[in-house]
Amino acid sequence: MNPNYLDFELPLAELEAKIAELRQAGQGQSLDLDNEIKRMGVKLRQKTEEIFANLSAWQIAQLARHPLRPYTLDYINMMCDEFQELAGDRAYADDAAIVGGLGRIDGQSVVIIGHQKGRDTKSKIKRNFGMPRPEGYRKALRLMQMAERFHLPLLTLIDTPGAYPGVGAEERGQSEAIARNLLEMSRLRVPIIATVIGEGGSGGALAIGVADRTLMLQFSTYSVISPEGCASILWKSADRARDAAEALGLTAERLKSHGLVDQIVPEPLGGAHRDSKDMAERLKRTLLDELQSLQRLDTDVLLTQRYEKLRLMGAYEAA
Amino acid sequence: MARPSTHSGARRPETDHELHPPYSDADPMSWLSKLMPKRIRTQGGDKRKVPEGLWGKCDGCGAVLYQPELEANAQVCPKCSFHMPIGARERLRRLFDEGTGTEIGAELGPTDALGFKDQKKYKDRIIASQKATGERDALIAMHGKLKGMDVSVCAFEFSFMGGSMGSVVGERFTRAAEHALKHGAGMICFSATGGARMQEGLFSLMQMAKTSAALARLREAGLPYISVLTHPTTGGVSASLGMLGDLNLAEPQALIGFAGPRVIEQTVRETLPEGFQRSEFLVEHGAIDLIIDRREMRDRLAQLIALLMKKPKPQA
Repeated sequence: MNPNYLDFELPLAELEAKIAELRQAGQGQSLDLDNEIKRMGVKLRQKTEEIFANLSAWQIAQLARHPLRPYTLDYINMMCDEFQELAGDRAYADDAAIVGGLGRIDGQSVVIIGHQKGRDTKSKIKRNFGMPRPEGYRKALRLMQMAERFHLPLLTLIDTPGAYPGVGAEERGQSEAIARNLLEMSRLRVPIIATVIGEGGSGGALAIGVADRTLMLQFSTYSVISPEGCASILWKSADRARDAAEALGLTAERLKSHGLVDQIVPEPLGGAHRDSKDMAERLKRTLLDELQSLQRLDTDVLLTQRYEKLRLMGAYEAA
Repeated sequence: MARPSTHSGARRPETDHELHPPYSDADPMSWLSKLMPKRIRTQGGDKRKVPEGLWGKCDGCGAVLYQPELEANAQVCPKCSFHMPIGARERLRRLFDEGTGTEIGAELGPTDALGFKDQKKYKDRIIASQKATGERDALIAMHGKLKGMDVSVCAFEFSFMGGSMGSVVGERFTRAAEHALKHGAGMICFSATGGARMQEGLFSLMQMAKTSAALARLREAGLPYISVLTHPTTGGVSASLGMLGDLNLAEPQALIGFAGPRVIEQTVRETLPEGFQRSEFLVEHGAIDLIIDRREMRDRLAQLIALLMKKPKPQA
């Protein structure tokens, strides 16, 4: 089985293989297979639409972690005119699970920070599967404060299973690093837009996610705990992740309906990995629009609105 | 190290690795009676009139303790100084000047916005916890006087769904912070929690941001916030309001961390060193300021707040 296809994508894999076969067969022969290829193309499109019209929360959770899904640096490369990555927390180390730096989008200077996952085994290990240690969050904070000093808007891209649960991470104050970012982001004097591009895994995601606007790509997820973690605690079995994904309401659509995120950025047919250039273009346009409206606000108004927005988060009875 | 040598034998029981007791069906109030030998427990009490639960056992050294004495000693073992769990209301009562302490957000109650259901419905878990604890949710917020000084104080009730933070906890904490801001008062929070409440999904996660934002405002106003970490404090609470104190204090031997020890053990696949993630370990690693014995808590907090706020030295 091709690891680059999820189980529910397999019918698409078959069709794609057939089309590729026909193309091959058509080459250098007088045989005209164009019509057949076209017919198969239509079929592929229909099948994709059919599958993607009815995705379960669990399927979306899998898409959010799709091995071919674009990662932070992919978006940065596709969206920015130029970008310079900056390393280190100035205290302990450079954490490769979070990248950040100075970029230019549509002529405008910005600071971009995001979780970074690896594509192959070696880079996955280097990036610690996108799970930051405290120094990653402290690097992020250093870059946020630099953004503030130079009045540069801050764009963050969220894509992590969560903060790393390791001995060293605990020793160096994982909790404090996350907590401090939450506090500082709530009062950072520049516009902040956070976008969940893949997995929004709990506190490790939120630590770069306190923002004036929170966007989610259509098939990304944002959750207080991973479906597997939730299942193993509440169902005492990680096999019930499917049920947990449903119960947690971690999809963009459900979170938007609760007012927990501001905007959903639609993905190309079949998901961001099917046409990452198109996805990057859509995201870039949305970010520029949002940025324009935020930049019109006086800084004090911006901060008041940010506080009010956080202030309203919650669902409770009052009687 | 602030730990007296008499503590050395007292280790928290292994069951403390279970950071999610709210999901067991056990009555959270019965931890003490469960530990009592059967023959001491008096059922029906016909001949000898010994009231039920008069004797308890220290979780640390195993000494059999006279319950009224333990209560008078703030649930700290008089023999080995082991700190046993104490309820949120009792904590607050011990802190405030007598006759002060007005609840904030008592009218707020939890709601099941997601329609969450695992093996049990969230709604049923709420009702069960409310019955067992007599509280509406896992945090009690109050304002009152501490040796004459105005303070907002919050305390987590661990026996309510593991002291987990959902919308009500976040909202009460935030209101307490805003009350302190409005009245130029200091703020104190006693945490005892497994972290964010899963059953409220992303609403719970966002309480981390909300409470941190409220604390940013206190900070900007120059008002002190003291976080007192008690056993256990992990997850989303530790990674927000727990670690954001101008002073981060802890009770002795409390388990404090981001990830729970079981999760870490599963990740790194090795046994964790002795004392890992305990208060004493955190002092050593520079994460918290100091450890304070519960029996001295009121005096020491009053002293620290008075120093921070340039107020006269409080009376003993």
